[in-house]
Parts: sequence; structure tokens; C-alpha cells
Amino acid sequence: MSIEVRGVGKRYGDFIALDDINVSLPTGQLTALLGPSGGGKSTLLRIIAGLESTDGGSVEIEGVDATKLPPQKRNVGFVFQHYAVFKHMTVAKNVAFGLEIRKRPKAEVKTKVAELLELVHLSQFAHRLPSQLSGGQRQRLALARALAVEPSVLLLDEPFGALDAKVRKELRDWLRRLHDEVHVTTVFVTHDQEEALEVADEIVVINEGRIEQIGSPDQLYDEPANDFVMGFLGAVTQLGPLRLRPHDIEVAVSPGVPGSSPGVVLRALRVGFEVRLTVEIEGQAEPVLVVLSRTHARALDLELGSQVWLSPATGATTVPAFGVPRPEAVVS
Amino acid sequence: MTDTLVAPPGPARRTSRSGGPFRLTPTSGVGLGVALVWFSILVLLPLAAVVGAAADGGFDRFWNTLTDAQTFAALRLTVVEALLVTAVNAVIGTIVAWVLVRDQFPGKRILDVVIDIPFALPTIVAGLVLLSLWGPESPMGINIVNTRQGIFLALLFVTLPFVVRTVQPVLIELDADVEEAAASLGASRVTTFRRIILPSLVPAIAAGSSLGFARAISEFGSLVLISGNTPYETEVASLKILKFLEGDNQAGAAAVAVLLLVVAIVTIVILDVISRRVARRG
Repeated sequence: MSIEVRGVGKRYGDFIALDDINVSLPTGQLTALLGPSGGGKSTLLRIIAGLESTDGGSVEIEGVDATKLPPQKRNVGFVFQHYAVFKHMTVAKNVAFGLEIRKRPKAEVKTKVAELLELVHLSQFAHRLPSQLSGGQRQRLALARALAVEPSVLLLDEPFGALDAKVRKELRDWLRRLHDEVHVTTVFVTHDQEEALEVADEIVVINEGRIEQIGSPDQLYDEPANDFVMGFLGAVTQLGPLRLRPHDIEVAVSPGVPGSSPGVVLRALRVGFEVRLTVEIEGQAEPVLVVLSRTHARALDLELGSQVWLSPATGATTVPAFGVPRPEAVVS
Repeated sequence: MTDTLVAPPGPARRTSRSGGPFRLTPTSGVGLGVALVWFSILVLLPLAAVVGAAADGGFDRFWNTLTDAQTFAALRLTVVEALLVTAVNAVIGTIVAWVLVRDQFPGKRILDVVIDIPFALPTIVAGLVLLSLWGPESPMGINIVNTRQGIFLALLFVTLPFVVRTVQPVLIELDADVEEAAASLGASRVTTFRRIILPSLVPAIAAGSSLGFARAISEFGSLVLISGNTPYETEVASLKILKFLEGDNQAGAAAVAVLLLVVAIVTIVILDVISRRVARRG
């Protein structure tokens, strides 16, 4: 195990940021810490990096107890949301910083810097100042700088949070490819479930200072441990006694399927290729959300006020709906 | 991957928008005109008048005034004291600014206000304040009146706020995560300060030092009471100018003034060059 976190907690006054966190992250993996803002995921990352102290428990990095080590001695690479580049140094100088501190020979530093700039596609900008780079380029610079010291783990705190949607997506794909190339144990914090599902080998869902679930993207999506995880990983709606994804609901225009719930289309919203329906069914206060493809909706000839019958699709991921009074008139 | 560069800031874009390198829109033309007229009336004309007055007596007289042993001693004392004070301020001012920004302690707000007092006081009052503590009636039994240490102390007193007030806002604006990044790359606190924080502060330190230096070579009010004004010993340039004027020697006064002006300009330029160098080197 590359990172072993045992019994870590953190309080700020009355506020519990982290509560008895236990997690182990295997070597070479790309792990996402996923959760809503203020859930404690960044605090956990900063504790692993030594930028924040833990109130209790221990942090082990590559078999070394790092709980009491200062950030300088942990050999971690850290990438910040707002880049944290050294503004007065050129791109090359930024990358060289960690190596120069380690008093590596000049020639070695030069080769290594050139290599890394190649890796992050910034070679032609080596002599520019960071202020002359775009946000995405600055973040790649920050990554190269962190990788320069050959860290045993690479930690990224909302690395793409400050970038616009398009650059964000590009960088995300690029990070995945980079990881496949470099194989350094990587942990990144994100509140974007799509980012986590797309990039990570393993996802740790953190909410209100506690771990809700640990698993692969598929496990989390298909077998969410609870309502929170299910809701956080994608849209959820309620159909009778079940909570499930809006695209896992079958729509029929006749009462063919046994157990299907009759309802009326209240609203239909088309967004690109998909159509989002709001359907009112008997015996349920909350209307049901249904997503289907434009083609499918057209084939069914749906419009406002259409009578439809809804049923869970075969193989749909469902969790029982707790805390909601179970409607009686589900089975007709 | 989007490798498009952000458009180079400033001039290039400006010129392309306005059509030519020196073409002004009507509003900016008026603005520039007002600024120039204002600047000319307040600064350029008086300066030219002083240079003119100095030139009145001819170059020989100008040169003789400055090379006169007593005048030269006063000028040297002024410049040397001002340089020493500036050097001390650059260090102490930065430390005070650091403490005010980074540390939490009771009375911090009060200290923050007190810093400005030397700046807000009429300088003659500053002289009076120092006189009452360190003068002939000193409760500590230390008399610095009519000594060079007294001049040094008075100059330190009146120039204290400059570096503090220029460095403070820059320090507040520094991102904490830049320092954390340096730490996780293995940099010690000292290295982080020297290679990351200091280069960001140097322009501010230089700016504050320039202001402080300019104030120090021109200081008059506080020194009238403290310096004692003994020729060759504790006579400074500003008091020498007064002496020239009292002796109805306009040209002599103007000559000293011009030299002070030149010294101020040279120092400001040198400090600016240094700060640019350091800020770029990292």
C-alpha cells in the first residue's frame, strides 16, 4: 500500500472536518476523493501532504510513518487548484526549483527539465513567464514542477476546478494518459462526479467528514452503498418504493408491463439528444423524472398530457427509498 | 491540447486598437494634456527655475560652491546618513511589515496605527519629541543633540513608515499556496523566503526605500532642533541651504539644491534597476 491513513480526524473548533478516516491507497493507482464542497476531502489530501496536521491517527507513505514529518520530508508532489506557480520565475525555472533545492548537478537538472516540459507539452514555452500562459498551461506547468522531484505520491487538489469546461475535459483525458505513462500513485480531489468516474481507477466518496463508500467507478455506479452515493454520482428519481436513475425507467404508452405505474406527462424538456420528462403518477406526491433519447420519445409520440406507464428497466440500479412514505397504489 | 498563447499584455494590443503607436482618442488627449500641464506647473517649472538659479552665477561659481569644504562636508554627511538610514529601513521596515501581516498578537491594530505617527506628525514636532527624550533634559541621561547619532535617529524616526507601508499590501496579497508549493517541493522556510517571497517583495522594498531616501536627504524640520548645525560636524544639506539663503546667497542655495536633486534621481533610478534585476532573477 502506498498511502495508509488510519484513524485520521480533524476539527476546527466545533466543526468536524474529518472523523476517524481509514483508507489505504495502493501503489500506482489513480484515486479520486469525491464529495461535495466542505465535505473534508481537501483537508484529507492536505493532511496526507503534511500541509495540515491531523488531530489523531497516522499517515503512512510508502511504508514510512509520515504523521509527524513536515511537508518538505514527505516526498509528495502537490498541485493546487489555483496553480501556485512561482510568478517571477520562467517556466523552466519553476520546474527546476525542486531539483535545485536538492542540489542536483546543473546538467542533470537541465535534462530533467527538458524531459518534463516535453511530457507536459510546454517545451516551446520554457523561457516564458507564467503570466504569459493560459490557465490550462499553468496547471500543466504546476504538474511538471511537482513531478520533477520524483515524488512517491502525486496529490492534486481540485486541479481542474479553475478551468473552463473545454480545457477541463482535455486536461482530464490528458491526466489519465499521463498517469498511464508515469505510473506514480496519484490522488486527486474533485467534486465533479463525471471527472471522477472518467479518470479514476478507484473512487473514495467523502461526505461530512466521513467515508461513504470506496470502490471502482463501476461498483459505485452500479452498487451504491447508500442513497447519498447514488444521488451524488448522478441524477436520481423515485418510482414507487424504489430510487433509481431517470434513464433506467421504461416508458410505455399502454399498460403492457405488469407492475407499471400509470401517470401523466406534466412537462417535457428537450436538451440536445435527450428528452427529460416530468411525470405525475398516482399515489406519489413527488413527480417522477424520466430521461429518454429524442428518437425514442418521438417514436412513442409523447407530448404534454400523454398517458404513460412507467416501470424500472431490466438490470436497473435501484436502492429502496427510505424515509418516504411508501405509496400503496403501485401494484395495480 | 490548446497551446494558444494568451495575447501579450499591454502595448501591442493598445496600438492595434488605436490604429498607430501615438494616436490618441480625444478623451485620452485631454487627459494627457491636463496631466502634463499640472505636472509642468507643479514640478517641471520650479525644478527648471532652481537649475536656472544655480546656473545664474556661472559654472565656476556653481562648482566652487559645491567644492567648498564646508558645503561638501554637509552634502556628504547628508547623503551618507540617508544611505545608512535607508539600508536600516529596508531591513527593519520589511520585518515590521512581516510581523504586522503574518503574526497575530494583542495590540496589533494599535501598532498598525502607531506606525504612521512619524509620518503624520509635523516634522518639527518629531524633533521636539526626540528632544524631550534624548535632549539635554533627557530622563535617560543620554544627550544626542548636536551629534551625528542624533541626526541618524531623527532620520530613522521620520522615515520609518515608508518601507512598512509599501511592503505591507504586497505581503497581504501573497498567496499562501505558493509557499506551500515550495515547502512540498522540499524548500526550507529560509529558502522559501529567499527565493519565493523576497523576490516578490523587492520592488516594494525598493519603492519604500526610494521614498525614505528622498525624505532623508531633504529632511529639515526634525533636524533643526536635533542636529545643532555645527559646520563640518553636524550640518546637513537642507540646513546649509537655509544658511545660504540667510546670507543672501541664492546661487549657492540653488547649487546645493540641484545637487540634492541629482542625488535623489540617481538613487531612485539605481534602486529601480536593482529591484527589476532581483525580481527577475528569482
